[in-house]
Amino acid sequence: MIDELKAIIQAYLPDDISTEDISSDSHLINDLRINSANLVDIVIDVEDKFDIEISNEEIENMSTVGDAISIIERKAKT
Amino acid sequence: MTDNRVVVTGMGVCAPNGIGLAAFRQALVEGKSGIRHHSILEELKFRCQVAGAPDLNDIDIDHYLTRVEQRGLNASGIIYGMIAGQDAWVDAGLEIGPEKTDYSTGVIMGVGLSGPDKFRDGTYLIDDGQIRRLSSNTVIQTMGSGCASMLAGRIGAGNQVTANSSACATGTEAIIMGYERIRSGQATTMLVGSTCASSPYIWAGFDAMRILPSVYNDTPHQASRPLSASAKGFVPSSGSGALVIESLEHARQRGAEIYAEIISGHVSSGGQRDGGSLTSPNPLGVQTCIQRTIASATTPINKISAINGHLTATTKDADEIQNWKIALTECELQLAPINSTKGLIGHALSASGSIESIAAILQLHHQEIYANVNCEDLHPQIADMYDADLIPTTTTQTTEVDIVLKASFGFGDINACIAFKRYLG
Repeated sequence: MIDELKAIIQAYLPDDISTEDISSDSHLINDLRINSANLVDIVIDVEDKFDIEISNEEIENMSTVGDAISIIERKAKT
Repeated sequence: MTDNRVVVTGMGVCAPNGIGLAAFRQALVEGKSGIRHHSILEELKFRCQVAGAPDLNDIDIDHYLTRVEQRGLNASGIIYGMIAGQDAWVDAGLEIGPEKTDYSTGVIMGVGLSGPDKFRDGTYLIDDGQIRRLSSNTVIQTMGSGCASMLAGRIGAGNQVTANSSACATGTEAIIMGYERIRSGQATTMLVGSTCASSPYIWAGFDAMRILPSVYNDTPHQASRPLSASAKGFVPSSGSGALVIESLEHARQRGAEIYAEIISGHVSSGGQRDGGSLTSPNPLGVQTCIQRTIASATTPINKISAINGHLTATTKDADEIQNWKIALTECELQLAPINSTKGLIGHALSASGSIESIAAILQLHHQEIYANVNCEDLHPQIADMYDADLIPTTTTQTTEVDIVLKASFGFGDINACIAFKRYLG
């Protein structure tokens, strides 16, 4: 799961941060320095990849890579 | 009142016939055309299937745009503007990515229509009820000031950051706006210019107006024919030009190389009266703009070395020549050699004024006058009123290029004229 998410996230990383820097504890904005506007793009890519729909409330609570994984796992099951 | 002298210290260009100053100048000297047949225009059933677009094949885009910026990028005007703008900044010897904001530096990067292709992508999603699926860069790539803002981020500009728009006068107007801002002391350095996307969605309206040539689809290099009897309309084009302009004092302090001094600039409108309309210039308005540019020069203009005209290759070329003749004669100035860059690059619309101003300044810097191409059959009306020797058909080296006037005229009966002078220290 995390590898699939990493593949999505890496497209939005600044040039000086690499995929190896991503762990489930990584804060998307503070650690990975992803532009907050690009979170929207990550959500769209995740929705396409896992065939789910993520609500606005869930996006607000999606701070770390781990948060994203738990959202995906929950949604993908139902 | 502050009245700073203003000089040009950096230039960057992304033109259909050359990207980068050296390639662009070489193309102007050698008469290299940037007009090509575009299969997309044929597929879309354009009457005119030739156009000018910068060739990005040999360009390292990673050098100008981050990976994230390139994702979902569908706005060629932003690519062209980021190339020209950053190249100009580096050419001026200034730093990309400084740590601190510089509150005395601004950006004016004009556009006609920004990112029409990106906008089109969005409309399909919007009409399908899929607004939430619009990518985050939709706004940046479609807002008029998108390119100006991206450039401002690169150079840490903390002064005015904006995009002007005045149709085909946009590029020249942007330079004049920056010039006035520095002159009045509101800014020290301005990155100014304009950009225009390559897009059938920009060009189609002109094709529908039947003002683009349709008989040169198999001979693209011959399609753009300013001043010619066989001119059949302007060739749509695209690209970007950018200049770093700054106060003379600032340029001297940091030991910058100076390409030229801007000694005057004027923007005006013909008011859509006396023959002027939304799509035609009021002749008196054009003449007034030229004359006010001459009259308000900070160094008196006694002789004009060369004119880079608007001259798009429509039936209006003869009118423009007449306006130059009247304007100069009434100012008691000799007529000067006149050329049009559009024979090689077509009409880059919002980008034309900035790209062509760079061509005008290169003439000063290298002491040469570029040829008009495709006007071996000079329009008889023009031949009747302007000495054919003053419409050069070969590029000549000289030692006497001192003052070059550049003018652009746009829909809305809008005029812009600027005077560049050789700077000898």
